[in-house]
Amino acid sequence: MVGKSEPINGTAKSQPPPSPLSPKSPDLLSGYFSFKSLKLKTKQQELLIRVSILCLVYILAFVTRLFSVLRYESMIHEFDPYFNYRTTLFLTEKGFYEFWNWFDSESWYPLGRIIGGTLYPGLMVTAALLYWGLRFLRFAVHIREVCVLTAPFFASNTTILAYFFGKEIWDTGAGLVAAALIAICPGYISRSVAGSYDNEGVAIFALLLTFYLFVKAVNTGSLSWGLASAFGYFYMVSAWGGYVFIINLVPLYVLVLLITGRYSMRLYVAYNCMYILGMLLAMQIRFVGFQHVQSGEHMAAMGVFFLMQVFYLLDWLKHLLSDTKLFQAFLRMTVTSAVGVGAVALGVGTASGYISPWTGRFYSLLDPTYAKDHIPIIASVSEHQPTAWSSFMFDFQILLFLFPAGLYFCFKRLSDATIFIVMYGLTSMYFAGVMVRLILVATPAVCLISAIAVSATIKNLTLLLRAKTKAPQSASGKGGSSGKAASKGSLDQSQPFQKNGAIALLFGAFYLLSKYVTHCTWVTSEAYSSPSIVLAARGAHGNRVIFDDYREAYFWLRQNTPPDAKVMSWWDYGYQITAMGNRTVIVDNNTWNNTHIATVGRAMSSYEDEAYEIMRSLDVDYVLVVFGGVTGYSSDDINKFLWMVRIGGGVFPVIKEPDYLVNGEYRVDKGAAPKMLNCLMYKLSYYRFGELTTEYGRPPGYDRARGVEIGNKDIKLEYLEEAFTTSNWIVRIYKVKPPNNRW
Amino acid sequence: MGLFQVENTGASPASEILLAFPPTQVDHLAVVKAQVATGKRKKKTYTPLDVNPKELPDAPNGTKYLSISLLNPLAAGEAVTLEVLYILTHSLEPFPVEISQSESQLVYYHDSALILSPYHIKQQITFIKTPTTKVESFTVVDPTHRAGTELKYGPYNDRPPHSYSPVIVHLENNSPFAVVEELVREVEISHWGSLQITEQYKLAHAGARHKGVFSRVEYQSRPGHSGVSSFRHLLARLPPRVHSVYYRDEIGNISSSRLRLGALKSELEIEPRYPLFGGWKATFVIGYGLPLEDFLFESPDGRRYLNFSYGCPLVETVVDKLTIKVVLPEGSKEPSAVVPFPVNQYLEKKYSYLDIVGRTVVVLEKNNVVPEHNIPFQVYYHFNPIFMLAEPLMLTSVFFLLFVTCVAYLHIDLSLRK
Repeated sequence: MVGKSEPINGTAKSQPPPSPLSPKSPDLLSGYFSFKSLKLKTKQQELLIRVSILCLVYILAFVTRLFSVLRYESMIHEFDPYFNYRTTLFLTEKGFYEFWNWFDSESWYPLGRIIGGTLYPGLMVTAALLYWGLRFLRFAVHIREVCVLTAPFFASNTTILAYFFGKEIWDTGAGLVAAALIAICPGYISRSVAGSYDNEGVAIFALLLTFYLFVKAVNTGSLSWGLASAFGYFYMVSAWGGYVFIINLVPLYVLVLLITGRYSMRLYVAYNCMYILGMLLAMQIRFVGFQHVQSGEHMAAMGVFFLMQVFYLLDWLKHLLSDTKLFQAFLRMTVTSAVGVGAVALGVGTASGYISPWTGRFYSLLDPTYAKDHIPIIASVSEHQPTAWSSFMFDFQILLFLFPAGLYFCFKRLSDATIFIVMYGLTSMYFAGVMVRLILVATPAVCLISAIAVSATIKNLTLLLRAKTKAPQSASGKGGSSGKAASKGSLDQSQPFQKNGAIALLFGAFYLLSKYVTHCTWVTSEAYSSPSIVLAARGAHGNRVIFDDYREAYFWLRQNTPPDAKVMSWWDYGYQITAMGNRTVIVDNNTWNNTHIATVGRAMSSYEDEAYEIMRSLDVDYVLVVFGGVTGYSSDDINKFLWMVRIGGGVFPVIKEPDYLVNGEYRVDKGAAPKMLNCLMYKLSYYRFGELTTEYGRPPGYDRARGVEIGNKDIKLEYLEEAFTTSNWIVRIYKVKPPNNRW
Repeated sequence: MGLFQVENTGASPASEILLAFPPTQVDHLAVVKAQVATGKRKKKTYTPLDVNPKELPDAPNGTKYLSISLLNPLAAGEAVTLEVLYILTHSLEPFPVEISQSESQLVYYHDSALILSPYHIKQQITFIKTPTTKVESFTVVDPTHRAGTELKYGPYNDRPPHSYSPVIVHLENNSPFAVVEELVREVEISHWGSLQITEQYKLAHAGARHKGVFSRVEYQSRPGHSGVSSFRHLLARLPPRVHSVYYRDEIGNISSSRLRLGALKSELEIEPRYPLFGGWKATFVIGYGLPLEDFLFESPDGRRYLNFSYGCPLVETVVDKLTIKVVLPEGSKEPSAVVPFPVNQYLEKKYSYLDIVGRTVVVLEKNNVVPEHNIPFQVYYHFNPIFMLAEPLMLTSVFFLLFVTCVAYLHIDLSLRK
């Protein structure tokens, strides 16, 4: 893309005219020196403008994601990215086969985890390939820099993809607007800032790529586009579990087309090619494997595949049987038997256990209250909560009301492609409402549909403006792409104030779009660019205070504990402890074993002597808790504690939630429940906190995160001892004492 | 530091004087310097003398010798006064070996009241200075006196050669035992005008090991009483005009550091992520850039040479193993290093940005480095300035080719249909 605009003028210097295009080149070259003599053909001008806009958008998408690097440093953010970083490091150091067969004994002690079979390797392989490529080109970069910049790089690529997608479903104008909108849309930025090295960063690119190639295949009916979309799907499967969305949306789309009578040979080729090859490729990913043909989430795709064949058969029979009546009867019979056979097969498969039922996470998508009642471990994650209206507004801003407008335009000009984008938009919007993190999936659709609205509106308005001055030209010249709008423009010519109105509306649109830009920039810099591992606050004199306690603690673990020490903490910190502290953890963010997590939850919510038994049985050497009472950091373990109780109680009925509450209220002060005041988590968090004065004018032991004086100031530890506390007390590490000598 | 008055009682003139060290001390011997004073009291001038290790066949119990070469041979019956300075690392042994947070650190100092010497000693006095007045115990070898921070052994008269009288002083010492176990300094020369230095530290507190609880409450509220032997600040003296300084470790930037720029020297005050108690470790990297013209010169024979300081920029630390890697620019030839003390030398290759043949790296290794080793060393090499253009030309040609292919792509019609 970058090169395309410049070489046109580069020719004049370097090459004699080899083709009919080059005689214009000298003009272009001179155009650089005097703007007046710039004589480009309209088509060339358009190309130049389009390519330069795309280049600018490409750069913008990358640059706007660098706030976090400028504000903080080039580092990995959050929790999951640390695991991805650790595995990428392993991949680059040990090679692909070692990575594929990696049994990680540093997590889920004593069970361990088979890394190769339980992750989506797309992200790591992508980063490693980028790294090896750069190394090959003799760029001596560190793998960390590659990982930090992977997400922005793919976000930039996504903008280009959005352009092509927009072009495919509407026109180039909509494509350009879509590229610009998605480049800075906060919903996407939230998961793709520099350092946010997570599957989603790559997966959104893969998702849009698959959709684009599939729509292209449906539009052209070409086998090659169908194959390309299968490979796009393969990349998506290798990158993110969200591929399930594709494998359900695409059949749903096909089904809608079948029902609305839009069945065509193009659709047949595109879907069959994509499904068959995509399925075979997806099964190569070990984490997916035979699930792709066995699990409930993938059955819709298979059903639609068979339905396609039935349709094809019917089409063929219709062609053979010229008698309509006979065909009607046959149709009824075939469809009934096909549906019957399908239902029986599904029933038998499910009953015999061959087809596994839906997973909890999938089920909770369809029924938002399911997880809350049945799977506390899914409900405990903040990004799995239902979305609030404010976060829609925060992430989409004007796109939120441009979206329905875009839907209107789509329905006005219905085609296979617009039906697809409408379905993608509506379904993903529903999912975005169920889970906060799925706003991300909805973002490309929202941007594309809004882009249609913006582009179509502005095009109509400018046509109106131009129609006044040169009416004949606009009607004939520009009518091709949006004929209705143009004709409407020429029809309404008689209306008064029309031109002024159009100008006012254009200014309005410009105002809204510029508001969008400022909003996006503000959100990016304020909300989505903090790494969450380093906390920043304003000091008393307006200076910036950095709380780097997490890394202080992790580095202490790394340097000053035995290499085989086992650290017990709540699962949130597991990935970070293994990646930064380089120590074995009991549970981590890959929440695959609920019982194990519940055991840790039980230990945390038991009395010290009971907890000691559990910790001894798990060979725990150190216990790590996060405590925000000194700094007022609110996402600490005491605030997460009820989830530990719930998850622990879900498996071990000994732990009962009401024991920790007083009249249904969760409190840590004097009025707290006795079990609460003496459980391990409370003791470890508040050990010797009662001696500390945190705020002037408050009694010692005043918890700033919860705004109360703690209820148990005289905490004695019998089986554990304080090993390390960070400078702001955010992380506290305790050593589990060895058992006493018997004599 | 020893002041020796040496008299030649033999018949023939002596051109060298031997110093003897027990084998336990030799391994920790960092520096030995000898100088001779000439002139009267006020106009004293000092002349340094050469000191070299020497093997003697009849050394008792593995005693090692160093010989000091005198300027003029000492004639029979003549006497000369020598000043000898030697520095031993790791000569204080913490006892008790483990202390808790509230205790202060006590160490053993092992030495001999009488210096080990192959010569007959006419008279000797040994002074031991202690950092504080707090001394738990000391070996008494009469006559022994203690006053304030000073311990005086002697005077002892007429002792035979190789006499040895071990003494142990048990004293309080809470100065930070910051030991850099390993330091790798990489100096990368770029003829485009900068010198990039990367220093990788493995720091440890080599004092009495920390035992039991680390309590943040006590550490915060009673700083003078709790964790007195621990340390949390380190000072690095960097050359003036230093720029783009960074301080980080494996898991990211460490935000607690302060840089003071000065005309003569720059000071970088760094704070490890956590205070270091006995036995705790920390690794980190300091990097900075320096202007090339301050350190790179051209010698009269057309060669270039780098003039850079050996040793560790951290103030008052001992380095167990120091490796200096001088990365010469790509295309430089015949490197040779001139170091004023013995080091282990070899060559390596390194590939950096856009390197094709790789850069020659001169590696200089030395054990037991103390601040007295902060003296300049030189690395000479031949360099043709044309190599400076290699990388820009490479980049230019790549971009040129890229544009040419784009032009070609736009102008050539590859479609089959006409």
